[in-house]
Amino acid sequence: MSTTIEHSETTDASAPPVRKGGGFTGAAANYLDERTSISGVVKEFGRKIFPDHWSFMLGEVALYSFVVIILSGTFLTFFFQASMVETHYDGSWVPLKGVEMSAAMESALHISFDVRGGLLVRQIHHWAALLFIAAIGLHMLRVFFTGAFRKPRELNWMIGFTLFVLAMAEGFTGYSLPDDLLSGNGLRIIDGLIKGLPVIGTWTSFLLFGGEFPGTQIVGRFYTLHILLLPAILVAALALHLVFVVVHKHTQFAGAGRTEKNVIGYPILPVYAAKAGGFFFLVFGVIVLMASFFTINPIWNYGPYDPSPVSAGTQPDWYIGFADGALRLIPPGLEFVWLNHTWSFNIIIPVVALVLLLLLVAIYPFVEGWVTGDKREHHILDRPRNTPTRTAIGAAGVTFYAGLWAAASSDLVATHFQLSIEGVIHVVQAWVVLGPFLAYFVTKRVCIALMKKDREIVLHGYESGRIVRLPGGEYIEVHEQVDDYERWRLVDYEVYEPIMVRPNAQGKITGAARLRARMSNWFFEDRIAPAQQSELGQGGHGHDDTPGEIEGGKGH
Amino acid sequence: MAHDEVSGHDTAASDSSAVEVSRGTSTGTAVIASDVVNPGEPPHRHRITDTDPKEAKKAARSVYTLFYLSIAGSIFALAAYMAFPIEDGSINAIRLNTLFIGVGSALGLFGIGLGAVHWGKALMYDKEGIDERHPVQGTPETRARAVEIFDEADRESGFGRRTLIRNSLIGAIIAFPLPGLVLFRGLAPQDQDPVELLSHTMWKKGDRLTLDPSGIPVKASDVTIGSVFHIIPEGLNERHDKLEQKAKAAVLLMRLNPKDLNISEGREGWSYDGIVAYSKICTHVGCPVALYEQQTHHLLCPCHQSTFDVVNECEVIFGPAKRPLPQLPIEVDSEGYLVAQSDFHEPVGPSFWERT
Repeated sequence: MSTTIEHSETTDASAPPVRKGGGFTGAAANYLDERTSISGVVKEFGRKIFPDHWSFMLGEVALYSFVVIILSGTFLTFFFQASMVETHYDGSWVPLKGVEMSAAMESALHISFDVRGGLLVRQIHHWAALLFIAAIGLHMLRVFFTGAFRKPRELNWMIGFTLFVLAMAEGFTGYSLPDDLLSGNGLRIIDGLIKGLPVIGTWTSFLLFGGEFPGTQIVGRFYTLHILLLPAILVAALALHLVFVVVHKHTQFAGAGRTEKNVIGYPILPVYAAKAGGFFFLVFGVIVLMASFFTINPIWNYGPYDPSPVSAGTQPDWYIGFADGALRLIPPGLEFVWLNHTWSFNIIIPVVALVLLLLLVAIYPFVEGWVTGDKREHHILDRPRNTPTRTAIGAAGVTFYAGLWAAASSDLVATHFQLSIEGVIHVVQAWVVLGPFLAYFVTKRVCIALMKKDREIVLHGYESGRIVRLPGGEYIEVHEQVDDYERWRLVDYEVYEPIMVRPNAQGKITGAARLRARMSNWFFEDRIAPAQQSELGQGGHGHDDTPGEIEGGKGH
Repeated sequence: MAHDEVSGHDTAASDSSAVEVSRGTSTGTAVIASDVVNPGEPPHRHRITDTDPKEAKKAARSVYTLFYLSIAGSIFALAAYMAFPIEDGSINAIRLNTLFIGVGSALGLFGIGLGAVHWGKALMYDKEGIDERHPVQGTPETRARAVEIFDEADRESGFGRRTLIRNSLIGAIIAFPLPGLVLFRGLAPQDQDPVELLSHTMWKKGDRLTLDPSGIPVKASDVTIGSVFHIIPEGLNERHDKLEQKAKAAVLLMRLNPKDLNISEGREGWSYDGIVAYSKICTHVGCPVALYEQQTHHLLCPCHQSTFDVVNECEVIFGPAKRPLPQLPIEVDSEGYLVAQSDFHEPVGPSFWERT
């Protein structure tokens, strides 16, 4: 492999030994290699380079919390009974003694109160699941805002998006398994939501629940989905996701010495093995600590599912919040009977909005690729400010999502801050409609201002804080030039000329071409070009380094 | 080296636009990059552990101390498993058991994690390495060979030429999963008609209104003005499909001042001296509408905040729901108990497609 790590200065005597006997390890390695040719794998990947940046750890957090989920979930399966058979609780938790409930709820209580450490593992599982989806979300935002989804990684973005959806599905099915009051109400909402869909709604609900809601099937069916079907697809997609990371090699931020044709960082063996391996234990440790200190999903307080009672302030787990919020925000009165059928637009509109939002997220790389017309591979990440339009689109999307999400807590916001529920809903409605536009414009302007600032620093240096009094009595603040490495970080980006309308081979200008040109114009408007070498000289203070003498140029 | 790579990076940019332009299509973008030269990697800076053997020793000591701490944490968790039994069923015992096993295990994990990361950062050789990138696509030879293989396979099999064979195979492959798909019809019982089931509840003429969950019948005289009762039909608790029936038949019973009620035509006989009964199942997505504001006579659904005005026959005054809660016609039997006059006059609960 082409990895190069110089052992120049600090090479000590004990560096690469010339094949000793090897002892047991050597013999074992030899045994394995003779049967698996595993030495090739070590040669290929052992010294593979990964660049360093804190934001690259978000994906790792997702991966590691998934491992924790699998470990804790496997333990739980040994005790959980995915059955809705009615039984009377006879465990240690006194307030529910004798209460009629399903076997699923009883076994979940059994895990919590009659298996030592069982509650801990249940809470580890639940906290890890919450962290898993949060980490995926942040990881997706990192990938989005840095443009890491660009060619050649568009397909991996789609795979990652699939993982995100699967993780939410895993979360919801798992949440429903204990058959407690809160999760039962969640299912009731899903049932009502499905029934509201045109044409397929009623039958879909009947097929899902095996008859009328709630039926006696849903826990068993969700269990199969939760521990077999969804994890199988998830693990396969995850493996593919990681294979692509290896094939593409990791992206890196702009920096001195970094180009589109290299990747600079630490090798898997030994540094990344230690840091990333250690990080797994840190993530695991944080989850265990949360599980030991903070109660999550106290089903014993909710009691078994019953279609009649409900507690005020019901809320789904956080990642379903945006969907629940969408249901709450729809204005009143949007349901009609037409052509002898019921059209529940109070369901259809939120569902369509959510599907569109997710669809936009899924296909964004292809849309941007089409608008920019850029067919090159990209391995240097964009700083978010250097792509103002994309960053602004992302900010608009986040604002929209956040509005839906906040709406899921509208009642709690109202009670905590002593506001009227109507007032809260109306404010969030305005937020969801207007907020994205506001976020778009503000973000775009902030990005452009930051680009201008960067350009200013490159050309005129930064404010050193040193005030000097000139002989004439005038005070000035001395501007210092940034060093070459820092300057490179600030100028290593590109601006694009928008695509122009051109006739196609038949000499026609298609509508698509016009749209594309217009979108390209919009995407790249107000762009600010990176500073050129010729401009640097005019900075006043001058800089005595000429490109030829830069020390990095000596080569590696 | 850095020099070459930067110019390479620039030519790549101009290349792609040039190519696109020459194709005569409207794709392609001209790119402006900075012509400032990549200064190459900054000089390597030594860590204090590289230069000061004492610091290196100290770091090594920290690393193995952390690993030992981890062992201690794991042993502590083991001990806590034994030392904090939960069999007496007290909430405190559960709390301590969870806490100490958890804290011990967390220490076990943190020790390894911190130790390994510290080892990696402070002691392991820290000069960054460089991997070269190559275009993701295969080399031209590989791609040419791949095309050739497909061509050969096509020739040898006649896949492209023998269209009848090919198309019939495609048809067969489309058809074969259909029986499998149909099997999933079995997810719902064959002998049930959803629309019929959703259109009726178990309420019928003469059924007593009984308390949820005890099933004790309610007398009209028990219901004072301003009070609210959660009601289920008599006999619900004995049914095997109790939850399915309850999900449709649950009712809220309230007594208001009769003068406050605005009763529409045709419903005059549905209430009894200010006592009204409405379906408890929200007409939005089916949550129980369980919150009654006594002063305003509003019913609030805690799930999505649909608000129903009991005074005006539970019409929607806020929230996503559209239809009013269906009213259950009630009367009083000879013994003074509240009973239903009939089932609801319309399907209860969330809307569905076939509902009219």
